Amino acid sequence: MSSLQLDAVSVTYDGRVALAPFTCHVGSGEWLCLIGPNGAGKSSILRSIAGLVAHDGVIAVDGAPLAIRSARRRATLVAYVPQSPVLPDDMTAFEYVLLGRSPYVSYFGHESRHDRAMVDNVLQRLDLVTFADRHLGTLSGGERQRLVIARALAQEAPVLLLDEPTSALDIGHQQQALELVDRLRREHGLTVVSAMHDLTLAGLYADRLALLHEGHLVATGDAAHVLRPETLSEFYGASVTVHQQDDGTVVVIPRRTPQ
Amino acid sequence: MQISTRRRWWTIAAVASLIIAAFLGVMIGPAGRVSSANWDIVWNVRMPRVALAGIVGAMLSLAGASYQGVFRNPLVDPYLLGVAAGAGLGATIIFAVGREATKGWPIDPLPVVSFVGGLVAVMITYLVGAAFGASKSSVTLVLAGVAVVSLFTAIQTFVLQRNNDVIREVYSWILGRVSNATWGDVRLVLPYVIVCSAVLLLHRRHLDLFRVGDDEAASLGSDVARVRIVVVIAATMGTAAVVSVSGLIGFVGVIVPHAVRLMAGASYRRVLPLSLIVGATFLILVDIPGRVLQKPAETPIGVVTAFFGAPFFILLLRSRKTMA
Repeated sequence: MSSLQLDAVSVTYDGRVALAPFTCHVGSGEWLCLIGPNGAGKSSILRSIAGLVAHDGVIAVDGAPLAIRSARRRATLVAYVPQSPVLPDDMTAFEYVLLGRSPYVSYFGHESRHDRAMVDNVLQRLDLVTFADRHLGTLSGGERQRLVIARALAQEAPVLLLDEPTSALDIGHQQQALELVDRLRREHGLTVVSAMHDLTLAGLYADRLALLHEGHLVATGDAAHVLRPETLSEFYGASVTVHQQDDGTVVVIPRRTPQ
Repeated sequence: MQISTRRRWWTIAAVASLIIAAFLGVMIGPAGRVSSANWDIVWNVRMPRVALAGIVGAMLSLAGASYQGVFRNPLVDPYLLGVAAGAGLGATIIFAVGREATKGWPIDPLPVVSFVGGLVAVMITYLVGAAFGASKSSVTLVLAGVAVVSLFTAIQTFVLQRNNDVIREVYSWILGRVSNATWGDVRLVLPYVIVCSAVLLLHRRHLDLFRVGDDEAASLGSDVARVRIVVVIAATMGTAAVVSVSGLIGFVGVIVPHAVRLMAGASYRRVLPLSLIVGATFLILVDIPGRVLQKPAETPIGVVTAFFGAPFFILLLRSRKTMA
């Protein structure tokens, strides 16, 4: 169980501000979902936390700044699933998930028996055992996405970052992948930060939404608060109807204005 | 369990074929079978030749596999990246200065200058490739290599024209040769090859991590830039050392690792050590027809490897195209 603090985190690419100072506290076991149009700064936040882009401000896990950590130690605290992960066709599923153990292996060392047992265990929990010796090139989109999550889980990091985890999946596999993340979050007390395009799904799974626009945080709160037609119209330029169901689920439906 | 048993069999098979190849290499030659009458030839001509061919093949294959790993590109080898051409230019300069003049030096400058030339060449190839999108297409890096090879070869030709007297010596060196290998050559390159191979083999886990790309490797705790530099330097130094005594032998570094991948899977944990063994076997075997094809004249080993290597490389390009 770990909390994540971002304090005035900003990112600049070649003089262009991708993210204006962004401050946010994600509680232990909370799921924060970043939403916003393309180029809003969602990926910049995730990549800053993962240590992949230079940024200003302080990012801390349980109060300890990540910047003072070595890359390896950082990888034991934060697991990152990019938008389009690279899955080499000729790598086996077991080899792929085993990469998640890298932060625990010394520079010249090799994975221990414990690391391999850990991978077996993760594959078992995610129902992937039958794929262990299969090559990644032979797997379907849904299976590949589960493997990517399995690798992040093998990393045993308390903070999980997901950049568009469902963009390449059909609606059934989207649900399965998000249910899986939610189950793992509850079982392991993971703190999750994700970026998502599907607003209904974002509202359905996340505890809290943060809406970004051109690098600035413009709205934050629960789905009913952030997903309002006038807000979405202003920042997405989208014409939508927002419907709240009896169980509290907020549904965002695209709308066409009659010509 | 099954997989690890299969891997062990590949290793055993590879070592066994190396022993058989070395045995054949010592037995076959224009002077006939081994006997007490030609023991001198066997010890002073064939054995150093087999040893050198083995060392050169092992180093070029291991370096090729390592470059393929750090550049995430299965088409590159020391030859195509320009390392061999850069090292060749370095060696040509040493020949032009005169091997007699450098004889008394405490450290033979040949491998050192070759290394500098090779390193400069691979750096230029990498930077040019990166500037023009090598991360998007594996062919870009190869094309950058082609340009660098042409440039270094042109400079080499220029140096040669200014030093007519060494043309013959350099030309036979360019074609690649292990025919007049001596135990001295073996002693010259062995320390470099041992150190560089050890460094490369110690990084084989990191190369598996590189297969998921720089970003993901970094997010998994890898110091990508440092590992890349260390591996490139070790592979270049090893290549330059062997090239400085054997000349330019192309395609070994791409054929052998590729064949190893087909046999034992693509994990660098297996590809690196197996490339070392299979590379040694391959070059020892390829050296044998060169001795007898135009007997008593020698067919340079570089000619034989290119003869087999070029068609293989074209096939490889074709299969890459269908994959994409």
